[in-house]
Amino acid sequence: MFHYAISRLLWLVPTLLAMALVTFLVMHATPGSPLDPVAEGANPLSPETQKNLAEHYGLDRPLWQQFAIFVGNAVQGDFGHSYVYKTRTVREIILETFPVSLLLGSMALAIAVVGGLTLGILAALYQNRGWDYLSVSLATVGVAVPNFVLAVFLIILFSFVVPLFPTGGWDSPRTWVLPTLTLAMAPMGIIARFTRASMLEVIRADYTLTARAKGLGEGPVVFKHALRNALIPVVTLLGPMFAAVGTGSFFVESIFRVPGMGQFFVLSMTGRDYPMIMAVVLTYGVFLAVMNLVVDLTYGALDPRIRY
Amino acid sequence: MALSTPGSGTSVAVESRTLAGVDAVPAPGPPAAELAAPARGSSSLGRDAWRRLRRNRLAMAGGIVIALLCVVAVFADLLAPLPYTKTDFGRLNELPSRDFPLGTDALGRDLLSRMIYGARVSMLVGLGAQLIVVAIGVPIGALSGYLGGRVDVLLTRFIDVMYAFPRLLFVILVMSMLGAGLVNIFIAIGLTGWVGIARQTRAQVLTLKGTEFVDAARALGGGSARILTRHVLPNALTPIVVAVSFGIPEAIFTEAALSFIGVGINPPTPSWGQMVGEGQQYIRSYWHLCVFPSIAIAVTMLAFTFFGDGVRDALDPKLK
Repeated sequence: MFHYAISRLLWLVPTLLAMALVTFLVMHATPGSPLDPVAEGANPLSPETQKNLAEHYGLDRPLWQQFAIFVGNAVQGDFGHSYVYKTRTVREIILETFPVSLLLGSMALAIAVVGGLTLGILAALYQNRGWDYLSVSLATVGVAVPNFVLAVFLIILFSFVVPLFPTGGWDSPRTWVLPTLTLAMAPMGIIARFTRASMLEVIRADYTLTARAKGLGEGPVVFKHALRNALIPVVTLLGPMFAAVGTGSFFVESIFRVPGMGQFFVLSMTGRDYPMIMAVVLTYGVFLAVMNLVVDLTYGALDPRIRY
Repeated sequence: MALSTPGSGTSVAVESRTLAGVDAVPAPGPPAAELAAPARGSSSLGRDAWRRLRRNRLAMAGGIVIALLCVVAVFADLLAPLPYTKTDFGRLNELPSRDFPLGTDALGRDLLSRMIYGARVSMLVGLGAQLIVVAIGVPIGALSGYLGGRVDVLLTRFIDVMYAFPRLLFVILVMSMLGAGLVNIFIAIGLTGWVGIARQTRAQVLTLKGTEFVDAARALGGGSARILTRHVLPNALTPIVVAVSFGIPEAIFTEAALSFIGVGINPPTPSWGQMVGEGQQYIRSYWHLCVFPSIAIAVTMLAFTFFGDGVRDALDPKLK
């Protein structure tokens, strides 16, 4: 298992390099440059200024050199200065905003796991009855309705109709509620659907029948025998899900004015902030890869049949 | 970033007859069907599936909503009370009234008319983008699965790298490369969305490649191209149809998200996502600006999801 983990970690290096290279190439292939911003309200720069700036940021060098320099610095944790927030390094920005997104994402995922498992189990135990319809409908709403639409409905409901929570901000736990709920809905729906499907399968399995036949109560049958086996496919989901939710959502963060990292997935792109684009893509990539590794190692604990 | 609609999972079980559909699992087309139309073997599957789909009330409700949306999209010119660009600067941000059933926006344009034209954008994106996705994904997946070897290794590696990208960021990258506009949205979604369907097709082709009816077709002297298009692909249709039925709402979602950000549809063409994006900034004073388009997006997405769930259950009762 140790060897397995190490080899997976080593595979991370070529994967990240490939990601960096693709992003780098697509980013430079995109018309418009940081020196000639297409963003609204940007002032056109004179050719001399553009030339000086290009020299300053190393944008006048051949592409392969730029990429090599970037990789060399990135390995040491230096992503350079942001082109948009010129006085700040990308590292500072990421270190400041990532924890906010991570907190929001962790809370959302916790709610999604608890809620999704509960809904999924209830739906499977009461298949084709009231609970099933309720939980499947809720799950479908979570999966199907985009989170910026959910955000609008939640704000109307819980800020205007019943004024319980503020419409935005990130200064007190009360402001955390609505963005967390909004972000939790989609993963919760997905988890509920998967849990229901795999519970339905497991609950008809022979060993569940055996457990019932030997006189076990409903509680131990569901939680000790069925759920433990039903969890395996659900755990697979959590890796990519946590990577997506934990790095922040542009929509949730911009609607609720959360100072997280999610906004940079869009703003860095529209502002042609090259160092920032590379940084957010790679942060996401590392997070995703590590999460997938954690998930794969968790399998071993859940299912003794799996060996590495 | 958006979590994509998963291709699996379960749906509301309206009918619970699990055994009913076992016979409808795609039956391998007999090798003698060489002369018959390739669709013949699946026509009884189609009829069975249609019967099951009709009995699924939620799916049918979804289907009816989709049909209505299509009608609205096609006849937008006749249905809209006003042109979507008609401004009335005397009546800005008005709440719903007799003159303007859903109110007016910040430029005094009729919200109802803009939403009717917005349906056109959503439907076009849903269908158009899926056409591109299928046109790219199915051939690549089929070839990679059928040929195997180095081509296959290269493709699977490529798919792995594509999956490691935050999807929305990649679509935004492509959009800023191409510029805003309806056709470019098709292309951007097509270029990033084919990966999933290619993976599905590849998996299907890999399984079907080893079946006896493919061996039989080859023994009868069928060439690779003929076997692939006449024997393998028709039998791989089910998961492709299912993937498409989930791909449509995903494309609609992507367009709405892009337009919300402001890199999607070019104004003044109305798009629901763009209306929500602009309206949510004034949600406190003018709630109607974002609530009505939000409802439209939610209803459309739910209709397609229920319909997609129904199609999947009808085509592949095993998954239930």
